[in-house]
Amino acid sequence: MSNEAVIHSPVEIGAHEEHGEHHHHHETFITKYVFSQDHKMIAKQFLITGMFWAVLGGLMSVLFRLQLGYPDASFPWLETILGKWAKGGHITPEAYYALVTTHGTVLVFFVLTAGLSGTFANFLIPLQVGARDMASPFMNMLSYWFFFAASVVMLSSIFVETGPFSGGWTAYPPLSALGDASPGSKTGMDLWIVSMALFVVSSLLGGLNYIATILNMRTKGMSMTRLPLTIWALFFTAVLGVLSFPVLFSGFILLIFDRNFGTSFYLSDIFVNGVGALPNEGGSAILYQHLFWFLGHPEVYIILLPAMGMVSEILSVNSRKPIFGYMAMIGSLFAIAVLAFLVWAHHMFVTGLNPLLGSVFVLLTLLIAVPSAIKVFNWLTTLWRGNIRFTPAMMFAIGFVSLFISGGLTGIWLGNSALDIHLHDTYFVIAHFHIVMGVASMFGMFAGIYHWFPKMYGRYLNNTVGYIHFWVTIAGAYMIFWPMHYEGLAGMPRRYYDYSIWESFKQFAELNRFISTVAMIVFAAQLLFLFNFFYSIFKGRKMTSLNPWQSNTLEWTTPLRPGHGNWPGEIPEVHRWAYDYGKDGVDFIPQTTPVGADESHH
Amino acid sequence: MAIFLTVAVIALIYIVIIQIAKASEYVSVLKGEDVSRKQNNKINGFLMVVFLVLGLIGVWYCNNLYLGKTLLSVDSASVEGARVDSMLWITIAVTGSVFLATQIILFWFAYRYQEKEQRKVFYFPHNNKLEVLWTIVPAIVLTVLVVIGLRNWFLFTGEPPKDAMVVEVTGKQFNWIFRYPGKDGALGKKYFRNIDDANNNPLGIIWDDQLSHDDVVFDKLILIKGKPVKLIIGSRDVIHDVGLSQFRLKMDAVPGIPTTMWFTPKYTTKEMKELTHNPDFVYEISCDQMCGNGHYSMRGVIDVVDQEEYDLWMAKQKPQYLVAFPDKDPSNKKDSVKLAVAPVETAGKTIAKM
Repeated sequence: MSNEAVIHSPVEIGAHEEHGEHHHHHETFITKYVFSQDHKMIAKQFLITGMFWAVLGGLMSVLFRLQLGYPDASFPWLETILGKWAKGGHITPEAYYALVTTHGTVLVFFVLTAGLSGTFANFLIPLQVGARDMASPFMNMLSYWFFFAASVVMLSSIFVETGPFSGGWTAYPPLSALGDASPGSKTGMDLWIVSMALFVVSSLLGGLNYIATILNMRTKGMSMTRLPLTIWALFFTAVLGVLSFPVLFSGFILLIFDRNFGTSFYLSDIFVNGVGALPNEGGSAILYQHLFWFLGHPEVYIILLPAMGMVSEILSVNSRKPIFGYMAMIGSLFAIAVLAFLVWAHHMFVTGLNPLLGSVFVLLTLLIAVPSAIKVFNWLTTLWRGNIRFTPAMMFAIGFVSLFISGGLTGIWLGNSALDIHLHDTYFVIAHFHIVMGVASMFGMFAGIYHWFPKMYGRYLNNTVGYIHFWVTIAGAYMIFWPMHYEGLAGMPRRYYDYSIWESFKQFAELNRFISTVAMIVFAAQLLFLFNFFYSIFKGRKMTSLNPWQSNTLEWTTPLRPGHGNWPGEIPEVHRWAYDYGKDGVDFIPQTTPVGADESHH
Repeated sequence: MAIFLTVAVIALIYIVIIQIAKASEYVSVLKGEDVSRKQNNKINGFLMVVFLVLGLIGVWYCNNLYLGKTLLSVDSASVEGARVDSMLWITIAVTGSVFLATQIILFWFAYRYQEKEQRKVFYFPHNNKLEVLWTIVPAIVLTVLVVIGLRNWFLFTGEPPKDAMVVEVTGKQFNWIFRYPGKDGALGKKYFRNIDDANNNPLGIIWDDQLSHDDVVFDKLILIKGKPVKLIIGSRDVIHDVGLSQFRLKMDAVPGIPTTMWFTPKYTTKEMKELTHNPDFVYEISCDQMCGNGHYSMRGVIDVVDQEEYDLWMAKQKPQYLVAFPDKDPSNKKDSVKLAVAPVETAGKTIAKM
């Protein structure tokens, strides 16, 4: 094929280096691709598992959007796929709630936590700090396989007789504790908890490794203040996870006891229809919410910080300009990480929380807007007077900033308890967190994939597909979530299967149809990305340079396809920070370049 | 058949896009990566501005379409809720202007500073003055918003006026039960083990408590225009939430932990029908906390009436004590065949079956 010849004609680079791995490694298929201890392979495992879940979770949202957009239509093919969950081509309420719940759990934990920070923390930390691997490659491998086990258990819960858990991804008891209150809270919930417990273990194993590696294994000259912002962001992410996941775990343990061993941590004064009064007395259902949101809120930043870090890096590289306010960026990351632990109760303003306590949480919540504002203005200033290259990664990074602004600003509404008392649990909340946490972080993840794909696979992703992917996704995301603010301002509650019996909310039937249609188109565009990803692994355009984005960071000093150990010879020494772009008229100065005698100081 | 056709069309679209993408990649390799990058750069830089302009038009268009369908186009139905509305408008003004400014700057910068061969970038790693400026200005603006918010918050969550009427609201899968204190103005004690739907005691009222004897249980919330009302909110099973969107308030119903909420209705249901130009208007209580598979159908109805109408209605109600013990009802002495059935339960059962 002449075309193939064209695309593969550029001079092969680094071909001999591919085999320059450490010779004492005797690698079999199993140790290289399955139980690999190489951080790069583990990163790819996280990424591909995450993509699997993203497709499944996205597909679930398409299914329940079908119900919301076309509540009266019947789709016989749904019965073919879902069987009794879609009798007569209508998704049943049981199935609807199961889909909503699984969509939430999977996207938040499996895609945006494991898929995002699992992938990029594993891939970038050793490469960017200059280490041969993680502090404990074995723990790192376990981290992936615990995640894999969590995935298997979660997946199996979809197939049990009584259905998967269907009480919302936050799993508030008593609903989640009482199988008699909801069929999804029977076996489905048992599997859900087991899966989440495995996930917490995975997350802790990973997190401890990331922290240890960043603190102890930086190469010579790589002081903390010379680290790229990606690493700083991943560092704070790991700290957040290590400190907050155990609290979630404790909440789950109490829930397991309440479900199975007759304790009353969360249960009191309950009379279930058809069962009668339960023996439990003295528990507090609100206790669970405190334990859950003590993770739940930092979790938002666990999702968002890696995206912020990668976006900072990508914006700087492609503006050919240093990131503006490097220290302020670290400071604001730190501030966000600290405040993340002090705002959890803003999810609980309407639970009957002590108003004084509530007011403290209002203050601390709105305080987060300050470091967030610093970050946004610093990103904008980074673009200012730059020389911007619109690589697909850069497009997604710019999209991230736009979405982060849009979704972040509505946080100022919801964080103010006197407004939350009106908007809580309406579509306004759906719009807010999908834009700022869901789509924005997805954009961060896409930016990261487009940017580091050449380092992962030695080939490029197709640019044209990348651009189409970007424009369809950003336009679609806004068309889906922007109008939801209006539904929320009408008080339309979330997690409703059908709005037609409600005089106050039924005026949005047409809008819901529009949103569902766009959601399907956006989902289709993601399949395009998926094709691009897998096709390009094998057939993508080959790299013609070891440093395709002309970037300063260490990962681009490795061979084309680095083996286990990353650098065939000595680990390079670092002499400067990562953002010397356009300094003294020089386009870029890699971190490995010693500081010249006549170089200006900043 | 239609399905196969749709799938075929979608597949075709994919194939076309992918073929175009592959072709353009070959072209770019032939032309040289630099040349094609510059071309892509121009196109995407231009699209950035197009997106900004179309996006802003879209925002305006969306607002035209849907603002009228939100509650912002109607006055708040409670005196206190008006404060939520005014706060909403202030917050919209603040965040809206930041939104416009930053989005315009973002996409404009992207377009303006796209790669040009002759451009020298400005090495600008930090500037303390600027950074202090955009730390302090947001902090001040946020402080203002916090102060406004907390003043309202303490009003909403504070003590209701002394003359407030009291109604108890209890959520259960999947409907609401309302209890009025009756003439003595006090609710009788209850205990969840006493709940007995079959014997007309859906709330578990302790009948030994004399205060309970004139309590009225009803399946609708009847409120008086201009009279503050304090709701004592509880749940029989899982967590529910009393969502009162027209009144701009909501509060969770938690089993075992009573919560409260108070407000002053401003318009009767009749007046709201005129105000909203909707003859079918009703005040609805939406359950706003996921409570099971019937969550979406957990609907309560509020009737706001004037004092006179309320008194007339109340006079007609039979205390739940007499519903539960018909033999103690003096009016039943004459005609003992009549059996009182609580309206609440029949409604509850039909919905639960859904």
